[in-house]
Amino acid sequence: MAETKVARMKWCAGLRIIVATLLATVFALVFSECRARAADQPGAECLACHGEKSMSTTRAGRTVSLYVDGKKFASSIHGSFGCTGCHADLEGKELPHEKPARVKCGTCHATEQEQYVRSLHGKAIARGDPLAPSCVNCHGNHDIVPVKDSRSAVAPLKVPFICGQCHQEGTPVSRNRPIPQDNILENYSESIHGEALLKKGLSVAPNCATCHTAHLILPHTDPASSINRRNIAATCTKCHSQIETVHRKIIRGELWEKQANVLPACVDCHQPHKIRNVFYELGMANADCMRCHADEKLRRARDGRSMYVNIDEVNHSRHSLEGLKKVACSQCHSEVNASRVRPCETITHEVDCTACHDEIGKQYVGSIHGQLAGKNNPNAPSCKECHGTHGVLGKQDPQSPTFAVNVPGLCARCHREGQKAAVRYTGTQHEIIANYTESIHGTLLKNGLTVTATCTSCHTAHHILPRSDPASSVNANNVPATCGQCHHGIEDQFEKSIHSKRVSGYSKPLPACNDCHTAHAIHRTDENSFRLNVMTTCGRCHEKIAQTYFDTYHGKVSKLGYTKAAKCYDCHGAHDVLRVTDPRSHLSRANVAATCGKCHAGATRRFAGYLTHATHHDPKKYPFLFYTFWGMTTLLLVTFVVGGMHTLLWLPRAFQMRRELRAAEAKLAATPETLAGKRKESDAKESTNA
Amino acid sequence: MPKGEVPELQFVRFSRLQRILHICMIVSFMCLALTGLTLKFSYTKWAAMLSHLLGGFENAGYIHRSAAVVMFGVFITHLVDLYRSKKREHGSWLALLLGPDSMMPNRRDLTELVGTLKWFVGRGERPAYGRWTYWEKFDYFAVFWGIAVIGSTGLTLWFPVFFTRFIPGSFLNVATIIHSDEALLATGFIFTVHFFNTHLRPEKFPMDITVFTGRMPLEELERDKPREYEALVASGQLEENMEEAYQPIVTRTIRAFAWAALAVGFSIVLWIIYAMLFAYR
Repeated sequence: MAETKVARMKWCAGLRIIVATLLATVFALVFSECRARAADQPGAECLACHGEKSMSTTRAGRTVSLYVDGKKFASSIHGSFGCTGCHADLEGKELPHEKPARVKCGTCHATEQEQYVRSLHGKAIARGDPLAPSCVNCHGNHDIVPVKDSRSAVAPLKVPFICGQCHQEGTPVSRNRPIPQDNILENYSESIHGEALLKKGLSVAPNCATCHTAHLILPHTDPASSINRRNIAATCTKCHSQIETVHRKIIRGELWEKQANVLPACVDCHQPHKIRNVFYELGMANADCMRCHADEKLRRARDGRSMYVNIDEVNHSRHSLEGLKKVACSQCHSEVNASRVRPCETITHEVDCTACHDEIGKQYVGSIHGQLAGKNNPNAPSCKECHGTHGVLGKQDPQSPTFAVNVPGLCARCHREGQKAAVRYTGTQHEIIANYTESIHGTLLKNGLTVTATCTSCHTAHHILPRSDPASSVNANNVPATCGQCHHGIEDQFEKSIHSKRVSGYSKPLPACNDCHTAHAIHRTDENSFRLNVMTTCGRCHEKIAQTYFDTYHGKVSKLGYTKAAKCYDCHGAHDVLRVTDPRSHLSRANVAATCGKCHAGATRRFAGYLTHATHHDPKKYPFLFYTFWGMTTLLLVTFVVGGMHTLLWLPRAFQMRRELRAAEAKLAATPETLAGKRKESDAKESTNA
Repeated sequence: MPKGEVPELQFVRFSRLQRILHICMIVSFMCLALTGLTLKFSYTKWAAMLSHLLGGFENAGYIHRSAAVVMFGVFITHLVDLYRSKKREHGSWLALLLGPDSMMPNRRDLTELVGTLKWFVGRGERPAYGRWTYWEKFDYFAVFWGIAVIGSTGLTLWFPVFFTRFIPGSFLNVATIIHSDEALLATGFIFTVHFFNTHLRPEKFPMDITVFTGRMPLEELERDKPREYEALVASGQLEENMEEAYQPIVTRTIRAFAWAALAVGFSIVLWIIYAMLFAYR
């Protein structure tokens, strides 16, 4: 039995050895296989764990994936360096290792690292700003490929999006960090640069990094920044190297860079991120034009018109004013071709001001001036008729024909009686210039008050339309608002009066300001002429009531030229005229005594019972006046008839008496003794009495 | 006057005060008529012109009211004069009113009126008028009526605020009608009937200026007022009522004034007729 026990023990030991050997072999095989694979692929040991997609850890309560795509890493520019090429601190560490230190790209990329540290982003990182980007935020980590590779995260076409991750509206960066520009990504994508890059795929078109640099991004206030005022020209000329040929006027070549502080920088005109395609295709320097046009004798072959340009005039014009964008010849005289000997020979159109003055151009086209010009009417004024040409000045300049004081004279060139516009005009307004000059507005203007109304204040400068046009500023419906631009308080009153359509609800025409004040000959309302004319003015519509006004005292004395007597508006109100039944009316029961009291101190409600519009011809409305009048008239008639009859009947007898008297006198003269005798007789009588 | 020639004696019909009052009355009446009618006929060009001539409407108003004050003054002075003459000559109001030379209309006036009408139509002799004829009495009392009617309405219109404390405002309209129509009656009557009856009767042509000189030739008194003449002769009072006539220069001046007044009066009449016929509203 012992022998079997021993034999059984020997068998067991052998099995153990075999199993152990087999296991050792398998382990060895497996292990060697691993070693072999690790030798083929860098970082193979790391990927043994990090190659698993489920590999993750928890940091600060969040699950962070620790997966590394081995293939991508292998094909990245850093693939050949293995993991420890960057994660140097993990070299020879026991596995599994602790959290590795941040990779220092600067170990190899020293220049970039140095720039980055000085940059806005680098400084933010140093401050511990959680929003600041490090290398990996732009470049990625394990899949970095060369910039020229289109797969690169920082390939030119992708840069706007990389930057835009933070620099677009709504991101924490745009909301929480003081960045003076807004809608950066949107603006850029619509700019000429963005359009070329993003829509047309032109990879040489500038992206964010082209101007801001890739790593040394600095605020524009930093003198070292690529977008600082001093440096912006250099930045732009990296691409726009010949730009001074079209900007010669502004930059005179070298000045642009030498005196960046006094000359406008690119971004002053071409706003950053918004750089648009400008309307002119090819520019010219003024000096090129003046080579020929400075000659005073220069004439156009076609019609002999002088083509001389006084450059001084241009230099003092609105288009050359300091602080404003200067406009070059070729910007107005577009269509020049700089490559020609005579660049202007390609010009086929007249100067089109609307290229810049777009809004005004639209107004002009809709105006009567523009409409006539559209019909090729030779009388129609274009921009230059009013504004001039090379010497165009702003309307604030007293020398300008559009300066307020000069406006009436300017319009008078055509609208004065007998001039071309006045001749073709068929409306009711005549002598408008003369009338305006005499008017209150014209008088004030003559005294130099530039804020008073000139032609353009009412008719607008560019959107001039005939009164009949509903869109016209002087259309009956718009007149109150037009006058109200200055006379705001009065417009307020007027709009609440019975003359306002809104209050009365009448569909028939109601008076606007000009119906009482006239359009051009507007006079002060305290002038006698206005006070006397207003009665007939109101009477144009209120015929009957005006008629009866002249039947009573106020009307009668006014008719005689007495200006102090109450006129229509003295009682009814001028602009706030309301129905007398309206409690707010000056003539309402509550207000009438006070209204009379303005002239008749101490006037009572009973005094106000005087009938200011009474007539004795209306027996129904004013019976007692009617009967008084006829009673008096009867008395008159009776007296005159009786007296007259008496006189007429008397006449024959009176003539008879005269004849007899004359005859008696003649007789007396014939016998002077009789007279002498009579005289003696009376003398005797006298002496007796004495 | 050549030395030695005896001045002609004339019968004194009006006292100095009466003559002054008549002149004052003429002046104020003319002023009132002119200024008032410009207002009444304000719709005629004449009115505007005249108003302008008088220094504008406002001035015309001042003239009108000043003249009204003068007119009231004349009226009151006359009343005072009447009162004094009552005390001096008549003793009582009754004597004044019913005496032989009273202005009061009486039965004789009625007979004279009838007689006059008969004479007009050739059915009788000219009545032997006394100191005051019935038409002179009519003119005299017309002034009382006019002062009362025009004066009261005029005051109302002058002080409307005061008067409307007692009367309704619309009475001002009534007062306006009465004032202006009564004024029309007064001017129309004076410048036609009174002018004819008193100053311009053919037998007196060119003009009777007794009211300005205060005296009239004795023959004229004898012819015009035979009854008064007879009474004076009979009572022997004629001589004490005689005075020397004015020198020609005085009468010429008076005549010039009278003609001017007459011219104004007639112009006003023509204007009234024109306004009433062609421009009346």
